[in-house]
Amino acid sequence: MKLSQLRAGDYAQIKALGKHPIANKLLEMGCLPGERLKVRRIAPFGDPMAIQILGYELALRRDEADAIEVELLPKSPFL
Amino acid sequence: MKNQIKIALVGNPNSGKSSLFNALTGLHQKVGNFPGVTVDKKTGSVALNSQLTAEVIDLPGTYSLYPRSEDEKVTFNVLLDADNPAHPDLVMIVADATNLRRHLLFITQIIDLGMPSVLVLNKIDMAEKRGIEQNTDELARILGIPVVATNARQESGLEELKKALAEQGARVSLPFYLPNSEIQPVLEEVSKMSGEPMGYRSFIYLCNHDHLDKLKAKEHARIDALIIKKEVNIQQLQARETVERYQQIAGLLTQIERKSHKSEDVRSERIDKILLHPIWGYTIFLGILFLIFQAIFAWASWPMEWIEKLFNGLGGLANQYLPESLLTDMLVSGVIPGLGGVVVFVPQIVLLFFFLALLEETGYMARVSFLMDQLMRRFGLSGKSIVPLIGGYACAVPSIMATRTINSWKERILTIMVLPLMSCSARLPVYTLLIGLSVPDDRVLGLFSLQGLVLMGFYLMSFFAAIGVALVLKWFIRERSSSYFLLEMPAYQLPRWGNIGMTLIDRAKAFVFGAGKVILAVSIILWALSSFGPGDAFTRLESQYAQEAMLNPSQELDNQLEHDKLAASYAGTLGKFIEPAIAPLGFDWKIGISIITSFAAREVFVGTMATIYSLGTADFEETTLKEKMLADTHPATGLPIYSLATTFSLLVFYAFAMQCVSTLAITYKETRSWKWPALQFVYMTGLAYLGSLLVYQLLK
Repeated sequence: MKLSQLRAGDYAQIKALGKHPIANKLLEMGCLPGERLKVRRIAPFGDPMAIQILGYELALRRDEADAIEVELLPKSPFL
Repeated sequence: MKNQIKIALVGNPNSGKSSLFNALTGLHQKVGNFPGVTVDKKTGSVALNSQLTAEVIDLPGTYSLYPRSEDEKVTFNVLLDADNPAHPDLVMIVADATNLRRHLLFITQIIDLGMPSVLVLNKIDMAEKRGIEQNTDELARILGIPVVATNARQESGLEELKKALAEQGARVSLPFYLPNSEIQPVLEEVSKMSGEPMGYRSFIYLCNHDHLDKLKAKEHARIDALIIKKEVNIQQLQARETVERYQQIAGLLTQIERKSHKSEDVRSERIDKILLHPIWGYTIFLGILFLIFQAIFAWASWPMEWIEKLFNGLGGLANQYLPESLLTDMLVSGVIPGLGGVVVFVPQIVLLFFFLALLEETGYMARVSFLMDQLMRRFGLSGKSIVPLIGGYACAVPSIMATRTINSWKERILTIMVLPLMSCSARLPVYTLLIGLSVPDDRVLGLFSLQGLVLMGFYLMSFFAAIGVALVLKWFIRERSSSYFLLEMPAYQLPRWGNIGMTLIDRAKAFVFGAGKVILAVSIILWALSSFGPGDAFTRLESQYAQEAMLNPSQELDNQLEHDKLAASYAGTLGKFIEPAIAPLGFDWKIGISIITSFAAREVFVGTMATIYSLGTADFEETTLKEKMLADTHPATGLPIYSLATTFSLLVFYAFAMQCVSTLAITYKETRSWKWPALQFVYMTGLAYLGSLLVYQLLK
């Protein structure tokens, strides 16, 4: 499933990055395959969303989150 | 003589870079511009020891050596191009200890460029609080560069840092990351073409030659040909570099970093629960906007009044003590009011930037973007546009300067273009005069003043006009770089007042010395336009009045002379000249003059009207002016000039027209091109003309 489909509070692991003009920028910001993340919150109007990744908080738009393929993880402490 | 070295300060945004810059250089800094771009160039000097001083240049923050914005391109070119005037002898890299992993991507890229470097591990105290322990000695050993730890406020480690910087010299460390072996043959050819060494420098040259300003078309073509010939996939190379670098970094961190099981930033999470709440979040943000609005609208008016009084006093003194001459007149009516017109903006600039810097410093600004992005994006604006837009209700000048926090060039330009539509405080005196003329002083529902409601209507209209125009303009402005929204939400922290103070000094200076020149020049031109007339009209008027004054001297006579002089001046001639063009809007030549003189600042309208209706400008009563204006009739028809149609047409004209030279000057300064202020002037004046035409023809 895509990162954009997750809800606030979900944990996930990144499987792959799809084609996107800023895919490389996403990598630089730490959205690496295999990396685990937590969806911190989704903005009141549904966009953008904020995720906890690589030990910091990153906000991104749905359009960008669409390019990130993830696997939902059972809720368990990590990071 | 002391030796001097050049040090570049680099790092990710939010690493505490500017704060370290301020701590190192203190007040010994100056702000300039990198040639050809709108990026601020901050330099400062620091004595490293008794023998050695350093010129420190604060380069724009970046996450990697792959630039995506104008700012990041500057950093890239300064570091990669040895002939760049800002190219450093030594690189000082700042990193945030609470998030070393992401910072190491850029750190190791800099090391691989083969430049002598020193790493500053910042916010070490915050990392400790979150249970993150780092072995800096081991980190220094592995990276091969000195590592100095400091806390978030740079209270500690500064002396140690200066020592490390002084001793580093030209030493470089071994590369951290090696590009994969398949690409080596290509890199060999790149190295031959460019003269760059074989390793990472050739790699980055290959991937990023597009961004290297020093290269000529021929050199770009040679690299492009090589890329095609060898079937190199640049995107893939970069992706691979990033992934492999992060893998190596993960390995490094297991050796030097220990995290307790709960290293999350709990405090920020708690604050965000309130500040990003669907209801409380917006309520608090609205409250903050109101506070800012209140500050620049009401609080700033005190010092602004003092400044006006001071310059009026100066003018009076000059009038009194200097001999009566053309030069004195220019000083009193052109230069002094012009200078006053520049300085009068400083309180608003300082107050607005105080709040902006506070929002940035504490980390709240990123949350504003998060909350407002979805709403503002529909209009082609950024979530960060909202603060400058509301600031525009007070004054467009500091607000345009405040758009620098907007990362996307297109969103920033759009914000700048529509900002002057916001109903600024200079329009208020014009509105009150004109609404007072045309709207009866009635109550609606026995509660609200009708005049107040009309005034509020104009304020609301200005906001909708601004976002409406943005909605149209967004189709005509091209995006310079791919639009994206990837925003680090920094941990909340208490503001560092020293940093805020530095920002305020910076901004005030930038305005006074940048836009100030243009404003002063235009004030003098406008003075000349209303002080000289074609032919000998002025001398004839003066001798005529001199005769009358001998017989019957009075204040009214003086006022009458001023009125006749203005009518005979170039401004008056111009007013009459444009009369046919503005007649369809219901304006006569007197209004034409006021429109022309309002170009210095909108509120000048009231003063010009006072002169036109032969009232002394010094201490006139607004009610007398209103009576005189209402009594004025068209010479041909005998109908009153200030009918409802004309007054509303004029109100609409002042709502939309670009009549502020200060705004044009600051737009030029912020965009580095006359194209944008010209476009502002044309579209706003066009909008004003059409709007007034419509209103007048409908109400007539």
